[in-house]
Amino acid sequence: MKVVLQNLTKIFPNRKKGGDDVVAVNDFSFEIPDGKLVGLLGPSGCGKSTSLYMICGLQKPTSGKIFFGDIDVTALEPESRGVGLVFQNYALYPHMTVKQNILYPLQNLKGSDKMTKEQMLERAVEVAKIVQIDELLERKPHELSGGQQQRVAIARALAKMPRVLLLDEPLSNLDARLRLQTREEIRRIQRKTGITTVFVTHDQEEAMSISDMIVVMKKGVVQQIGAPQAVYDSPANLFVAKFLGTPPINVFEGEVKGGKVWIGEDAVADAEGIADRKVFVGIRPEGFILDPNGPLHCDLRAVEVMGRDVSVVSTNANCTAEQVRSIIDADQRKNMNGDVVRFAVKPNKIFIFDKENEERIVLPGQDKIAEAIEG
Amino acid sequence: MVESKQQWKAWVYLLPCLVLLAIFTVWPIINTVRMAFLENYSGLKEAGGETFRFGVANFTKVLEYKKFLQCLKTTMLLCVITVPVSTFLALLISVALNSIKFLQKPLQTIFFLPYVTNSIAIGMVFAAMFNIVGSFYGTENEIVVTAGIVNNVIEFFGGTRVNWINYGSTYLANMTVMVIYIVWNALPFKILILLSGLQSINKQYYDAAKVDGSSKSRIFWRITVPLLGPMLAYVIITGFIGGFKEYTSIVGIFGASMGPAHDAKRLNTMVGFIYDALASNQQGRASAAAIILFGIILVVTLINLRVSNKKVHY
Repeated sequence: MKVVLQNLTKIFPNRKKGGDDVVAVNDFSFEIPDGKLVGLLGPSGCGKSTSLYMICGLQKPTSGKIFFGDIDVTALEPESRGVGLVFQNYALYPHMTVKQNILYPLQNLKGSDKMTKEQMLERAVEVAKIVQIDELLERKPHELSGGQQQRVAIARALAKMPRVLLLDEPLSNLDARLRLQTREEIRRIQRKTGITTVFVTHDQEEAMSISDMIVVMKKGVVQQIGAPQAVYDSPANLFVAKFLGTPPINVFEGEVKGGKVWIGEDAVADAEGIADRKVFVGIRPEGFILDPNGPLHCDLRAVEVMGRDVSVVSTNANCTAEQVRSIIDADQRKNMNGDVVRFAVKPNKIFIFDKENEERIVLPGQDKIAEAIEG
Repeated sequence: MVESKQQWKAWVYLLPCLVLLAIFTVWPIINTVRMAFLENYSGLKEAGGETFRFGVANFTKVLEYKKFLQCLKTTMLLCVITVPVSTFLALLISVALNSIKFLQKPLQTIFFLPYVTNSIAIGMVFAAMFNIVGSFYGTENEIVVTAGIVNNVIEFFGGTRVNWINYGSTYLANMTVMVIYIVWNALPFKILILLSGLQSINKQYYDAAKVDGSSKSRIFWRITVPLLGPMLAYVIITGFIGGFKEYTSIVGIFGASMGPAHDAKRLNTMVGFIYDALASNQQGRASAAAIILFGIILVVTLINLRVSNKKVHY
């Protein structure tokens, strides 16, 4: 089931008189291809959860339309949309056993969807097996670990075979190890069931690692949509570039002058055909190459050995952050001596952004900015 | 941990409270048990130098006493009827209150008013409402004029007036008035507890139920009621305990005669029986009745707890 969002807008009126209304989601248009796993990504308050709740039906859009397949579901109540929702804190009914929790949505089915008791039980056991909790059916939610509760919540959402599965910050209540494991699990379950899935997260790593597509949002406005790698390799603006990647991208104040990109006195890249202007220069940590004759000069502060790589911490007067963090292959380390390190920059790891609107300016030789890929 | 050397200080600080508790709570309890087991005990007679034999005669006499059994019956009936009715009504009202935004606070205040109103005053108002004659106690020769609002309403809709509480009224009519009064009086506390319980239920359960396609009545019975379980158990248990101690409500409506003029004491309760025994200097009998009442409340509470432990589980 493909999901189409058309100019979706949600405005929360301000409660105080004379205050400004809050635009939680602004003109969100997007087509989620059938059977894909899509991550809505952004900092808190960017409207990603509101978007999810609008797809679910718990919140009504102020304007815009939502289609499931070719059917307009904008006016439908959540129960008639055929969606499964997993809440951030799971919202398992505490007084019911795992089995009763999974059975509950099935018992609510009406009309032709109505199931016999045996069918319901069969379905419950089936979905419990998919999420591997078939051993725990008689337990109460409080007798389960966080990860197990999470799976029960997914099983409950899957039980009625939803057309769309929605997950709200599904991993945020889990510890680091479990988070890693559970995100693989979500990927596996999604692949196995083939249900179009949308999940919300503020963790870029989480979104990048399991999504077919990511949607990066900021203050209610979609910044960029695309495959995780494409968005990472070709961010549309400074916000997206900064939001994706750990360690984060290094941002310098610089300018384009005479067909070169300058950071201070150092010309770090070619910019032929681009008019002179002030820019932000972003360089991914993995985009630095130690080179005694490299153009970029930095003052060496520390070298952190991480085994496979070496993390070089240095400073540069033009950097917007306190330090420049670069990740270098361990065998390049010999190229370092003295207080000053010099770097060459990989041409596909440097991005320049207009200083005024922070939009990306594509340098010669770079790919165009990634747009939504086709399913 | 307080060092043992310092412990005497703690005891000193606790002393005023302990002394008061000992004088006004612990000793009376012990004394009640003592009086209950001294046959035909009376404080006056003891002061006159009389001694009493130890035994269970007070208990056997109380249990053989017809009036006591009548009191027990009235008390039990009132309890068994009013506690479920008031709990269910309170549940409906609090759910309704919780689901509205407009006027929620003013309505909450209105529903809470009976709680802060003197029950004798409420009783007098109820007595006036259910009255049928110009005076509070009617006699056979009195000219009957319909005066109570309730009967006015009944007659307005073409019904015949009912003698609710006056001379010649039936036990059934009396009990109906009592049930209405007690239920109305018990509502505010229950609504308060249940409403705060409702407000502490995580809204996400309702969102989840909505996504799961639950109907309103299903949400009520499968989600709201179970999640309110602890609060419901609390109001039911305290409701029964309060119900067994019913007394002022009846005084409020019928006055000290505890019944209509032609059959005084008809609506007497357990507590009323104890007061009567005390008033006639039969402290032995009163103590025995008090201990029986305590026993009944204990048993009912234990049953309540056992049932709620089975039902309230999360």
